[in-house]
Order: sequence, then C-alpha cells, then structure tokens
Amino acid sequence: MSGSAIYPAEPPGRAVPPEPGGEGRSRYTTGALFLLPAFILLGAWLVYPTIYTIVRSFFGPAGYLGTWVGIDNYRTLFTTSTLVTAIKNSAIWVAVVPAFVTAFGLLFAVLTERISWAVGFKTIVFLPMAISAFATGVTWRIMYQQNPNQGAINALGRTVSDAVSSPGVLSNALPSTQAFQSKGGGLLLKTPLHPGGVALLGLTGIAPGDMPQGAQQAVKPSGQSGAIDGVVWRDFKPGGGKPGVVEQGELGLPGVTVELRDSSGKVEESTKTEPNGSFRFTGLSPGTYNAGIGAATFAKPFGGYSWLGPKLITPALLIAYIWIWAGFAMVVIAAGLAAMPRDVLEAARTDGATELQVFRRVTVPLLAPVLSVVFITMIINVLKVFDIVIALAPESTQANASVIALAMWRTTFTGFDFGTGSAIAVFLFLLVLPVLALNIRRFRRDA
Amino acid sequence: MRLTALAGVVTVLVAVAAGCGGGGGGGSSNTTTGNSSVSGSVKFWGIWAATEQKAFQKVIDGFHKQYPNVTVTYSSKGNDIPTVLSTAIAGGNPPDMADVAQPGLVKQLVQQGKLKPITYAKPAIAANFSSAWEKLGEVNGKPYAFLYKASNKSTLWYNVNVLKQAGVNAPKTWSQMVSEAKTIKASGTPAYSLCGASGWTLTDIFENLYLRRWGQAKYDQLSAHQIKWTDPTVTQSLKDMAQVVGDTGNIYGGTSGALQTDYPTCVDYAFATPPKAAFNLQGDFASLEILQNTKSKPQKDFNVVPFPAITSGANAKAVETGGDLIIAFRDSPAVEAFMKYLTTPQAATIWAKLGGFGSGNKHVPASVYPDPITAATEAPLAGATSVAFDMSDNQPASFGATTGQGEWGIFQKFLQNPSSISSIQQQLESAAAKAYKSGK
Repeated sequence: MSGSAIYPAEPPGRAVPPEPGGEGRSRYTTGALFLLPAFILLGAWLVYPTIYTIVRSFFGPAGYLGTWVGIDNYRTLFTTSTLVTAIKNSAIWVAVVPAFVTAFGLLFAVLTERISWAVGFKTIVFLPMAISAFATGVTWRIMYQQNPNQGAINALGRTVSDAVSSPGVLSNALPSTQAFQSKGGGLLLKTPLHPGGVALLGLTGIAPGDMPQGAQQAVKPSGQSGAIDGVVWRDFKPGGGKPGVVEQGELGLPGVTVELRDSSGKVEESTKTEPNGSFRFTGLSPGTYNAGIGAATFAKPFGGYSWLGPKLITPALLIAYIWIWAGFAMVVIAAGLAAMPRDVLEAARTDGATELQVFRRVTVPLLAPVLSVVFITMIINVLKVFDIVIALAPESTQANASVIALAMWRTTFTGFDFGTGSAIAVFLFLLVLPVLALNIRRFRRDA
Repeated sequence: MRLTALAGVVTVLVAVAAGCGGGGGGGSSNTTTGNSSVSGSVKFWGIWAATEQKAFQKVIDGFHKQYPNVTVTYSSKGNDIPTVLSTAIAGGNPPDMADVAQPGLVKQLVQQGKLKPITYAKPAIAANFSSAWEKLGEVNGKPYAFLYKASNKSTLWYNVNVLKQAGVNAPKTWSQMVSEAKTIKASGTPAYSLCGASGWTLTDIFENLYLRRWGQAKYDQLSAHQIKWTDPTVTQSLKDMAQVVGDTGNIYGGTSGALQTDYPTCVDYAFATPPKAAFNLQGDFASLEILQNTKSKPQKDFNVVPFPAITSGANAKAVETGGDLIIAFRDSPAVEAFMKYLTTPQAATIWAKLGGFGSGNKHVPASVYPDPITAATEAPLAGATSVAFDMSDNQPASFGATTGQGEWGIFQKFLQNPSSISSIQQQLESAAAKAYKSGK
C-alpha cells in the first residue's frame, strides 16, 4: 500500500486514536475493492488476450500454444502473396479513404450552411450511416454487376453507350464456316466473285428468339449474268445441319446490310437483305468483287465494366465505403462549423476577403481540430475494415480485395492457423498504435 | 454421472439377460425372433431438422414397431452439431448415437478414442452395401460409421428446350458433351453456365473428372497428397477440364461473368426463361434450386444425367458423394439394434419415399424414389463402382476449403487462364505442400 508514502511513518506500538495509517489503509482497501471488478474485466478481456495473442504469434498453427516457431509466422505474413496483397490494399485504404471522407464531409458541411433545405440534404447524405455495412455491401454488389441488365451502374453506362452508337441486329452472330475473313468488325468472303457468281453468307450463334421478325425459309441463289446473287441465312438447324449449305428449315436473315467491295477493297455497293435473306447486286462491270456483311450488323452492345473483377474491385469498395462515411464526416464538421465564432468570419469578409479566401484562411484552420478528429477516426475505421469487403467482393476476387482484418479472420478461422492469425493481429495492433497515441495526446490537450 | 453409471449397469444386466434368453442362438440372424428381448433407450443427436426430422422420425417409428422395448429419442442440433458434440464430449456426456456430415470429424473422434467401432454391424453393412460404400465408414481399417443418407455430386443438369433446339441428346460421355457444346453454341445459346465465384463448384468438376478417369485409389492418394499436384494424371484431368473452362465463348457471361457468378445463380441462369445456357455441372442438390427459383418443370424443361463418362472402363460409374454418417459413442444392445436397423433397405426406403434422400443400399430399387428426377440422381448411388468423398474432406482447410486461397482460389485462376495448366499445377503443388507441411 502506498499509505506510508503519504503519511509519515509512525513508530509501531503507539496507539494514537484515531490511527491515521489505519484509516488510510482501509480507505485504500475500499478503493481497491471498487476497482477490482474493472481490473478483472479489463484483465480478462483486454490485457490477457493482448498478451496471449502476442505470445501465440510465435507458435505453430494449432493447440493452445502449439510448437515454438520463432518469427516464422511474421515471415509468412510478408512472404505469402495473399497476405501481402491484404497489406498493400490496407495501405491504399488508409491513403485514400480518410482524405476523401474528410474532404467530402467538409464540402457538404460548408455547402449545406448556405442552402435552405439543408436538413433534407444532410439527412440524405447521413442516411447510409444508418444502414449496416453488410447491407451496404450487398446493395453495392448488385449495383456493380457487370451485366447491364442487372447492375445499375453498368445499366447507366449502357444507356449512354446506346445513345452514342446502337448495337447491331445480330451482335452475337458468328460465321458458320471458314470461308470468311473479318474486315473492320464485319465479315468478308475470302473467295473473290465475278459477276454471275453466287455469295453464300451463312451465320450461326443466333438464338431462335433473337431472329429478326418475318424471317422466311432461305433460298439458295441461282446466279444471274451481270449480277452477284447471294443469301444471308441462319446456317443452323437442330443437330447442326451441313455448314455452308442452304437446307430446308434454315431461315433467311432479313434486314442485314450486305456490302460489295471491289478488288481494291473499296465498298462499291451496299444493300439490305429480303425476308428470305436474299440480295442482288446488279449492273456490275466485269472484274473481281468480294461480298460481305457490314460491321454495323455485328456491333456489340455495351457489355459493362467488370467492377467486381480483380482490377476494379478495390476502387469499387473504396467508393462504397466513402459513400457510407461522408455523412458521418459532414455531421461532425457541421457541428464544428456551427460552434465557430461568426465574428471572425464577418471580420474577414469586412476586410474584403473573397469567399474562397475566407474558406481557406479562416474556416479550415479554425476547423482543424474537428477535421483531425474525423481524419484519425477514419484511419482507425479503415484499418479494421472488414464487413463491407466480405459482403461486396465476390468470392473469386476476395483475395484481390482482401484487407488486413479480413486476412486475419480467414487465416485464423477458415485456415485454422492460429499462429499466423495472431501474427497478423499483432501487426494490425502495431499499425493502430501510433494513431492511438496521437488520439490520446489530443485528448490530453483538450482536457 | 451417477445416473449414467447406473444406466450402464442396467444395460449390462439387460444384455446379460438377453444373452441368456437367447439361449445360445448367437449370431445376428436372430434379430427378428429376439426383438422384444432387446430393451433400452438410444439418445440420438442429428443434423436433420424440420422436414428431415419428420422423415427420420418415421424411420424411427418403423424401428419401434420391430423393437417395441427400445426407445429412440432423436433431437436435432442443426448444422452446429460438430460444436455441440465436442462440447458434450468435453463435458463427458455425449449421446449414444449421432449423425455428422464431416468424414474429417469422424476421423478426429476416432483418434481421440471417443467413438465405438461398429464391428457388430459389419455383416449387415456388407449384405446391403458394396465394398466401396463400406470403406467410406472405415478409419484405420475398422468400421466406425456408415453413410446412411447419401447425396450424388456426379450429375449433369441440362435444359431440355435448349438441347431440343440444338437437336442434340443428353450427353453420355465427356467428349460427346464437348462436341455437342459446339452445336449448342451454333444454335445461339451458350453451352455452359459456371459458378466461378464459388470456388468449390470448380473443384467439384475437377474432382469428378479425376475420380472418373483415374479411379478411387489415385483419387484417395491425391486427396492425401501422396500424389503430387504436378503429376501427369493431374495434367490430363486439367486438360479435360480445360475443354469446358477453356471454351470461353461458350460460357454464359464469358470468363469474367462466370467468375462473378456464385452458386446457385449459375443454376438459375441455365434454367431461366429464356434460357441462358444449356449445361450445368452440379450435384443433385441443384434440383431444389431449380424447382424453387425458376419456372422450369422437371423433365419437360430440365433434366439430369450422370456426370459424363471420361473413360469407358470401370471408373465410368464412380460417384463423388457426400452425406450423413451414423456414429456411435456407446455400445449397448439397443444401440446395436438401431445401428443394424439403419443399414437395412427398409430404413432407407421409408425416407427415400418421402424425398430428399439417397441411399447407397443396393437393395433399394430406383422405383422407391418419389419422382423421376430424384430417381435419376439417387439411383446411380447404389450402382456406383467406386465412391469417394469430396477431396476437401481429407485436405487441410487452408488448402482445400478457404475462400480465395488454396485449391478454390487457384481453380478460379485456372478458369481465368485455362491454357496455363503447368503453372496452375505448380501453384497447386506449392500451396498443398505448404498446407500439408504445417498441417493447417
């Protein structure tokens, strides 16, 4: 007991009522008794697990401790590609998210000061905070789907893309034989034709449901002198049929743009096919020609960006996460703004400062403590980010999207490697420490 | 504890009494005559809940009719049963019997000395199951479990209408499927719908291919990492698999689309209206998904055939299976009687008629299954020449069952780049070596 440090030591045996040392001792005992529950709780839930985790990180995968492996787990941490990816990704998160969240929060807070429907706007921006990160992840995952028929973001992309260039009538069609060569997105028959010749342009890969309206049985052209006859048809019947041969049950493809190129490759003439797929170029001078189908017919519709693919998954996650937290930053910063002395701003304006100058030279410096709270909170939040990654990233790209906390969980609880898992936890702890120190120093200063 | 001990004494006395009563009849043939002399109770914990629990209760009722003096009480512990069991074992009070879906757990319990061998049921199992099925329940050569409720992971689902439009029949062999796929593509519908985002669906395809080309012995060796992943047998099976995953233009959504499609979404794609693909390589469990989430009608719109054969040899009928293993923590005449009863065709038939159940019992005819689809998926179980569990059951989890890593992650890379077979093998081997070395 430290009682003796405060009260001068008394020689034993001197019974002086009331005994100050005794009173002090009982007071300290009472104090200790009151503190005991807190110590037990802190010890059991913070101190012991922390120490155990640190010790555990030097031991093998299984058991209460397992076998001593030294720093092997830490070596694994920096040599396993999935874990290195996780560390890199966490670095990207820390570099991007706090800055953007603070910037957006500041922007929204300052702008909402000026508008009359600020409450409505703030509610909308703050709303994502009310949704669990898991639900947000699932929602954004649907929005990010690559297929424009499913993902809202790619659907927007398709609308824009379709406005610029419309997809072809037979975007999925393929040549049925090797007789074609591709030419600028279209198809061209390899064999040159002379007037009087016949062009057979067979296509496959067209689902019955995608056939143009009013298609009729294809007819094999007979050929006519001075003209080039031909047919464009769906060169497929159940079982496959004979490729390159017009057969009973195979339909012509109407409305396809057919081009006739001369020997130099210049488009001489172009026409559209009839309901039975037939076409005819007449009044041709002698020479060699190539028949083919124009590129417009095969123009692919906008296929969508692979937001959830390995390359874009981390940016996609960052966007969703910033969307959630910008509202939080805005509310905190707006509170800071409201508490700001107006006279300083007024004085600056009276002195002739522009709004931008007021913002940069007065508002931001005065808000600095609030901004740093937001920034530091976000760093800590981002270091431990977990739920949104597991909810948003599809399994195939979760390794590409992995972050430290997720890697820790996976290694520990699906790989059952408690040693490496502990090492990751210790590493994460070390990363958070400086931020914590910063925070504690700030608390002290505020106090 | 004292109660348990007392119960133990009582059971022993009953057993002695039964032995005397039997009058030296001996053997297991007197089960029908000496039924009422067996008494006692069996506490059974299982995974089955809801409909499954009701179905199993009917099976128990059937047992009660034969053994009026034995009471079997079933309680459902759901999917948490591994945790529940290990807690109960740690507390010294496990049930008499249980069913678990993890062969790895059975092995673990045997190693801990918690399970009783079911040697008494061996003749009954041998009479009803082929030796391949018998082996599934053995640990270190001794019978500890038997697979009562089995599923068939070696099936191919197809869209009837797409095949009709393309004018092809359901494929019997792998090469037939690959060549039909070309025709199906020409008809305007992609042939395959893959759940690339769920890594296990890809390893299931590989496992089927490997099992059916190289047989159970090789399969078991690869599972236990006694064959390296750089082995030529793996090269050949990856080449087989590349015929499908490498046919990128013929996969709905292409490679990147497939990698973002998880199970069961790819099943929905193949049986959507209008259909987006023709074939779906998935186990029997896909039927529930098709019936619940698509408008497809059995046989009219969707149907199933055995996983296409790779070779014409004996391995052509091999089946990858999963299911619920019955284990016993105690020995008693009541437990023995119930265990033996469960191996009978009668115990399998009661549940099989109710649906959602497959059996490897060779005396269970295809006609007991409630509909043609179930018969088509479950009947091959009884005729399987060799049976194997999912490989991940024998592999360390960090290699065989972790999202984005090990086998699952590497097979996703394979789907992304199907031509890099040797690099994929290197990656598999180094990941496997690492996982087996640390045993995690």
